[in-house]
Amino acid sequence: MSHSVFLSFVTFAETLTAEAPASVPETISASHLILLLTVFALAVIVGVEVITKIPPTLHTPLMSGSNAISGITVVGAVLAAGSESSTLATVLGFLAVALATMNVVGGFMVTNRMLAMFKPKNK
Amino acid sequence: MSIDSTDLIDLAYLLAAVLFILGLKGLTRPRTAVRGNLLGALAMLIAVVATMLHQDVVGVTAILIGIAIGSVVGVILAVRIAMTAMPQLVALFNGLGGAASVLVAGGYLAGAQTFNDVSVLGATAASGLIGAVTLSGSLVAFGKLQELKFVKDISFDGQKLINLGLALGSLLLGYLLIAYPGHAQLWFWLMSLVALGLGVLLVISIGGADMPVVIALLNSYSGLAASATGFVLDNNLLIIAGALVRASGLILTRIMCEAMNRSLWAVLFGTLQGGSSSLSDDEAYANVRSTSADEVAMMLDIAQNVLIVPGYGMAVAQAQHAVRDLTNLLLARDIEVTFGIHPVAGRMPGHMNVLLAEADIAYERLQEMDQVNSTMDQVDVAIVLGANDVVNPLARTDPDSPIAGMPIIDVDKARTVIVIKRSLSPGFAGIANPLFGADNTMMLFGDGKAAIVEVGKALQE
Repeated sequence: MSHSVFLSFVTFAETLTAEAPASVPETISASHLILLLTVFALAVIVGVEVITKIPPTLHTPLMSGSNAISGITVVGAVLAAGSESSTLATVLGFLAVALATMNVVGGFMVTNRMLAMFKPKNK
Repeated sequence: MSIDSTDLIDLAYLLAAVLFILGLKGLTRPRTAVRGNLLGALAMLIAVVATMLHQDVVGVTAILIGIAIGSVVGVILAVRIAMTAMPQLVALFNGLGGAASVLVAGGYLAGAQTFNDVSVLGATAASGLIGAVTLSGSLVAFGKLQELKFVKDISFDGQKLINLGLALGSLLLGYLLIAYPGHAQLWFWLMSLVALGLGVLLVISIGGADMPVVIALLNSYSGLAASATGFVLDNNLLIIAGALVRASGLILTRIMCEAMNRSLWAVLFGTLQGGSSSLSDDEAYANVRSTSADEVAMMLDIAQNVLIVPGYGMAVAQAQHAVRDLTNLLLARDIEVTFGIHPVAGRMPGHMNVLLAEADIAYERLQEMDQVNSTMDQVDVAIVLGANDVVNPLARTDPDSPIAGMPIIDVDKARTVIVIKRSLSPGFAGIANPLFGADNTMMLFGDGKAAIVEVGKALQE
């Protein structure tokens, strides 16, 4: 099942890559917006499918791990901090980068720390 | 078809998205979990590096300094935190993520030249609003879990009205942002301020024991904020990763609400009618029998099947290592030992599992509620360590009880029950627990860790 999900992602990504604008767009066409919404909807479905299979014993690492993934905001922060479009944008972007990086690095590290404790023991 | 650098970056984003999904898939079993987490980290690294190669990114100094500072702080927090403080850490990080969302949206508004797209403006407003609520809500949750003195359960009349007012206010300001983009930044920061207040008031009235549900919910909101940012910046990776986080938060929220048999609405906006059950303390505790470590040791000595049910009290007493020592003593005597983990035991789902794993207890011994309930009649001795509401039979027997219908661990069906507790004080539900006065139950009063250690010593004599 994961194979066909992968393929549908690749197909959609190819469509999007062909139309991807060079920089942040000022206007988005309706069809493009619908494409983004489609990506969102598919991602939620995939997310639900994968996550419901995670056993309760790993729910705390799941919470900290998914929290780390929410630090993906760092991508937006990098764009804001690096655009040099205005001083305010750079300052805000810099702060966002610092905070999002804390979220990401701290999140993955603490999740790793927890998961390492679940290694099979010889008991 | 010609491929330019933007396309390569988008391909890198696709790879990162796939790795995120495969990483989460790795979490479906302990054996592949570490690898899964590393895949997620790798995906994040690819995403950041690819973004830095974007043509819009002109100056990297601020970025590199930000990454350096963030990494150092993140590492220090991650390495130094005690496992018992895990819920607080998740709440704190979640708040930081929310703050980042607000700052990114604000940064976008500060940098963009013209605003003529309604959907982009709308997404900016959304990610700012959601980010702000997540930020303040998470910080309040952190304060409650950390039991900071100035964060009390504040509940006052008309609070729901004020919350509604704040919510409408922030929505109005968001609308103004879209309709009058000439002053977009003004509307944005005003809206964020109002949303911050909303976040505080929403969370401050919820009791500490419900914080895990709140954190899972806030987690889902930070995912939603990330997706909204993705709509603003036309970035698929943000949309996909945000959706994954949102799904995770919602699923965990639903699992916990089902485990408590309370609807999300009741958790967020209801108040627990404490003590409205028909059973008074005197009735329930008329036949409470107290025991000693020596007696418990004698019972364990002749037992063949022992079940341990941990709760938040075990975390507070930091008794998990003592529990491991006792477990090893029992195993050496060929006594079967299993752990019954209720889905909302402790402050976070799976928190008990993490603590017991930290104490080097093999995770195969940790069983879920349904598993242990099905073989409860074969249990010779059930040790309840720091748990209360999750083993309260009133949930099964009393339809008027605040915990009615909540699935519990049926320890009362075991042959003998030993409850280790400091006193007869109630759990969060504020009601008496007839388990304590049952015929097959004995109370071992004392601190969780000290009690387990004494039982262990008595067993060895």
